[in-house]
This record gives sequence, C-alpha cells and structure tokens, in this order.
Amino acid sequence: MNASRGVALALAVSIAGSLALVVIYVVGGSIQQQGIGLALALGGVGTAIVIWAVALIEAPIEIEERHSFATGREHAVVVDSGTGTQEISRRRFLARLLAGAVGILGAALVMPAFSLGPQPGTDLFRTAWRRGLRLVDLGNRPIRPDDLVADSVTTVFPEGFVGRPDSQTLLIKVSPSDLALPSDRAAWAPEGCVAYSKVCTHAGCPVGLYRAKEHLLLCPCHQSTFDVLRGATPIFGPAARPLPQLPMEVDADGYLVALGDFPEPIGPGFWDMTHTPADGG
Amino acid sequence: MAAEPMLTWIDERLGLAAWARAGLRKVFPDHWSFLLGEVALFCLVVLVLTGVFLTLFYVPDATSVTYSGPWAPLRGQSVSAAFDSVMRLSFEVRAGLVMRQIHHWAALVFVAAIVVHLLRIFFTGAFRRPREINWLVGIGLLLLALTMGITGYSLPDDLLSGTGLRVIYSVVIAIPFIGPYLAFLVFGGEFPTPEIISRLFVFHVMLLPALLIGGVLVHLAILVRHKHSQYAVPGATEENVVGRAFWPSQVFKSTGLAILTAAVLALMGGLIQINPIWAYGPFDATTVSSPAQPDWYAGWLDGALRLFPPIEITALGITIPSPFIPGVLLPGVAFGVMTLWPFLEAWVTGDHAEHQLLDGPREKPLRTAFGVAGLLVFVILTLAGGNDVVALVFGVPVEAMTNILRVAIVAVPLLGFGLTYRICRELFDRREAPGQRRASVRLRRTAAGGFEEIEPD
Ligand code: FES
Repeated sequence: MNASRGVALALAVSIAGSLALVVIYVVGGSIQQQGIGLALALGGVGTAIVIWAVALIEAPIEIEERHSFATGREHAVVVDSGTGTQEISRRRFLARLLAGAVGILGAALVMPAFSLGPQPGTDLFRTAWRRGLRLVDLGNRPIRPDDLVADSVTTVFPEGFVGRPDSQTLLIKVSPSDLALPSDRAAWAPEGCVAYSKVCTHAGCPVGLYRAKEHLLLCPCHQSTFDVLRGATPIFGPAARPLPQLPMEVDADGYLVALGDFPEPIGPGFWDMTHTPADGG
Repeated sequence: MAAEPMLTWIDERLGLAAWARAGLRKVFPDHWSFLLGEVALFCLVVLVLTGVFLTLFYVPDATSVTYSGPWAPLRGQSVSAAFDSVMRLSFEVRAGLVMRQIHHWAALVFVAAIVVHLLRIFFTGAFRRPREINWLVGIGLLLLALTMGITGYSLPDDLLSGTGLRVIYSVVIAIPFIGPYLAFLVFGGEFPTPEIISRLFVFHVMLLPALLIGGVLVHLAILVRHKHSQYAVPGATEENVVGRAFWPSQVFKSTGLAILTAAVLALMGGLIQINPIWAYGPFDATTVSSPAQPDWYAGWLDGALRLFPPIEITALGITIPSPFIPGVLLPGVAFGVMTLWPFLEAWVTGDHAEHQLLDGPREKPLRTAFGVAGLLVFVILTLAGGNDVVALVFGVPVEAMTNILRVAIVAVPLLGFGLTYRICRELFDRREAPGQRRASVRLRRTAAGGFEEIEPD
C-alpha cells in the first residue's frame, strides 16, 4: 500500500476513534470502550506521524561536527528548516488531515471535563418547597402564627429539608393592616405572617438583617434593602428583583404550611431565568 | 583551591563557561524601579516554601466534624474537616500560625508587587516593541496570581471566604446563557457543594502553581533575551544597556533584596493578624458575616457590585442579571484593554518602532492620563467595596455614601484624566522634555568663519 494512503487511513482511524470517544462519553460506555476509543484516537495520529516520518520524508543524511565540551571552540550549528517545511507543504492534504485529526482528538479529550458537574436542569428554578410541606425552624419544629412574636424574624425550611440552602426562608409576622401586598398575594399572609426567600436576588447572600421598626430586610453583602410590607420589593442597593414570596396558609392543625414552591426562581439572576423548564415535580 | 579544578571539570562536561561568563556580565540598569518585579519573584519563593508546609497539615475535605480543639468559643460546634485542619494548624501545630500568616501576607504583597511592577511598565512605556509578548505573559501571570489568591483565600472554609465564593458563583451564573452550566461544572452543582473545597485545593496547589512557575520562567527568559529597557541616563542609547554587571553588584543586591523581602514578610506574619478564621467561624449557608471585606485586590469587584444601580432588564424572554455588567463585563473590559494596550497604543500613535529607552510619564500625557484615570476607577471601586466602613468613618449613612460614590466613579476619573493631561503638558513644555534624549545640535566652525550643523548620527 502506498505510504501516503497509509497516513490518511491512520488519521481517519484516529478521527473515527475521537468521534467514538465523544459518543462513548455522552452515552456512558464501558471502561473497555473508553480505553479502546482513546487508544485508536491516539494510535491513529501516532501511526500516521511515524509512517510519514519513515516512508515519506526524504531527509538526506547530514553530519554535524561534535565539539569538545570545554569552552573556547566555536560551535558550528547547521540550521536548515527549508527541507522540513517543504515536506509539510508538499503534502497539503495529509497535513490538513493531520491538523483536523489532532483538533478532533483535542475535543474528545475535553469530554471528561463534563464529569465535573451535573447539568443545571431545573435546579436553579426549583427549591424543596412543595404544596403541603410545613414550615419548620432550625430545630425542626412546625410553627403556628400565634407562636410568633410580632416583628420578629425566623429562618424556616420545608419540613424534612432543614438546612437546605436554596430553601431557606424568612418568616416575619407583622400587623395585617400594615401589609400592602400585590392583590393576588393577599391570601399568602395568614394572620400577618409573610415568608420570603432568604437568598438575596442580587448575588445570593443570605439576607441576614431585619430592621423591625421600618420593616426592612437588609442584605449585608452589598446592602440591598427590601420592604417587607410591600412584597419585599427592593428599595435600595443593587438588587433589582423582590425576594420571592412563599405561598402559604394555615393547615387544619393550625400550623403554617406551604401552598407550593416559590413562584419565581430564587436568588441571583441568569439569562434564561424566565424559561422555566418543564419538569414532572 | 579546589574550586578551580572543580569548575574546569564541570565545564569539560557541560561546556557552560562561556554561557555563564556572559550571564554574569549581563548588565542591569541601576534604578530601584527595576526591583519591583524581583520583589514579586521573591514573594513567590516565600509562598512556595510556606505553602509546602501548610499543605502537609491541611485537609481538603468538606465532611463535617465536631470541633474539639483548644479554641473554646467553637468547641462542640460542627465544622468542616477543612476548617478543623486550619484551626489545628493555627492553634496546635507549632509554627503553624506564623506560616499561615506569612503565607497570607506574602500573597497580598505578591499581588501588590506585580501590580506596582505593571504600573511602572505602563507609565514608562516599557511594553512597547519588542516587549509586547512579555507584557502579555505578565498579564497572564497577574491573572494567575489573582486566581491563586482567590482559591487560596477560600480553602479554610470559613464564613468570610464562603461568602466570597457565593458571590463568585452568582457572578458566574450571570455569564450569558452558559453561566449556569459553567457554574455547575466548576462548583459541582448548585452552591454550596461539598466538592468545591477539594477542587479549590487541586487548583491552588497543583494546576495554578505549575502554570505560574512555568510562566515566570518564560517571563524571565524573554527578559534575558531582550535585555533590560532603560531610562535615558547619560550614555544610554537605543543600542546599549548602561548599568552594572550581574556579578557581583546585582547578585548581591538581589540576594539582599530577597532576604529582606522574606524578613519583612516574616515580620508582618508574626505581628499583624490576618484572616482570623476562628473569629469568623465555619461556613454556614444560612448566615453571613458582616461587614465582609475581601482581600485588597478583589475589593474593587465587590465595590462595582455594590455601586451598580438596581437594573435587571427582561426583554424578549431574556434577562440581563444585575451582576452581569459590574461583575462580568467590567472586569472583562478592564483586563481586555490592559491586555491589548501595547497594540492599541501602537495603533493609535502609529509608533511601531523598537523602544529600548523609557519614557518619563510626562512625555506621554495621553497614556499617563489614561493610566491615572484607570487607577482612580480602581481606587473608588475599592472604596465602594468597603462603603459600609467608609460611611462609618465619615459618619454618613451607607445610602448617602453609596450615592456619593456613584457620582464619584464617573466624575473623579474624568477629572483625574483632564488634570493629569494638563499637568503633563505643562511639565513637559516647561522643562523641555528633560527625560527625553535631547536632539542636541552640534556646530562646527567652518573655514570661512561661519557655522554649520553636524548631522546627528
Ligand atoms: S448579595 Fe445581597 S446585596 Fe448583593
């Protein structure tokens, strides 16, 4: 077989191997398949280069004088890159194929980086809150509106998910007559209790401070300030979105219970945050 | 003496004598500002040495354990194994705390020395042809140093650094469309994840140092290849380097500087408390430390986040998250302009010639004014990063302080630009460009009694 055909064939094998590697990674092939795919991808390029070197390159034998290492004599260095470069440019097709094979191999080698993390999927759109989950405090105790002191703030979680960062929620009791919630949310404040996501809509810090007198929630990270009485709308600082409000009611036993997840994604924004992906939950 | 035959023996096998002789005779210009980069280099050495020690004790593990060490306020509290190991390093390992503090101070001084070195290069025009490539390498090193700083800062898994990581995560998801995917790859899922600590560790002790040290070697190799640029001291031309030989003068100076740098860092590490994680407590996703101040080189980014007005536009189903402009675009543009500066300047001025002689800042009013404006942006954003502290100092409400700074971030750099430009022009005109090679005129008396000008060579 003609040597340049051999080179092309080996490169084609490499390309096939690299593409197979990508496919194997995506569909989750076996370790044997991964190993064989990688061996083909690398072996093809390696073989191609070796055939090229042995059979195609007509390099004349050259002689370079050796000098004693002790300093003082002049070194004669022969540099002649001309032949080498010509060799590559003469075989344009093979050179391009080689570049392509190496490029695809590179792409295939990047694939394992995707093992580093899951796809975001619905993670940024959903929290653990679901209809019927009671609000519990850090000690896992359910809460009655009467247990709350007016103008105090409690960090609550969905029952069974205590400590879950994306579900942390602030529960505040105010006098119902002070509340000026958007009309569609009027029912979400039983006995003057309102619950907002604790994750700042600016850059995700826990909104940790409550100025009870003014009914303001403050994020210590960059001083975003949210008005509790008016649906946690931001009134100062860099946050532009209100803290999402948790829909809730009082259940038959008198405890606060969620009516569902937050209506919008919680926390810091992202470009396609208005495109809630469809999901089963 | 035994040294002579020993050296000859080595030379007969490696033939390095000529190379060494040339190296030892390499001429260094005599100016303190050429030592700034060296300070950075020596900080790196201190960082590697102290870092190796810390690595022997640090545990990159987010698993929670119960703290039972000697620091009473935290005893019995559940902390991560990483936090626990840093506590042990700080309180129980002999010399552990001083190593930690020297390491942290060295990191801060390292970045500072790089930045001051960069400013020297910028304001004297040392980035011009043929040094553009080394400018690019230098910017790469700065970025690596910053990434080293941020990854290292987060390793103790304390409340303060956790807050920093959280903000970084939020900035990453604000990158157009790929943001959430990227953030999930880097963090291993939605923040906070247990994976992040071990990942930061791998980056901080393996990947980044390898790149950083490799980059430094390239940076130095190119420097040797170019030889130093120089100020227009007497005798200095575009074709020579005026200064003192590497051996013995510069070797002594640099060795002294290295040891003194280490001495100063040791003093800082021993006397000035830094990052007392026991005061911050362990990371906890539902609390936040206040006031939270990052390391000095990251403050401007936090300041930008604080100052940017609450704008989050949603149109056509696309939301531009509010951290995008201050957190992604601003640093992107800042580093972009910095990276491309040598090419931008050459393109604007049309000056593509080789330059071995440095400018005095006043000789290039536009460049200097631009640099001053950039510095002022940095300073004001850094102030904004501590706007709560600044407000406290001046006794103004934080809200008012923020509004003042929102005006200042536009006005002050513009003013600074104009003022610097004027001052440079004035100085330059008044002193007839003393820093520049004066186009001297030499006259020769002719036989006829008149004068004629000799062409400069
Ligand atoms: S994270 Fe709350 S103000 Fe920035």
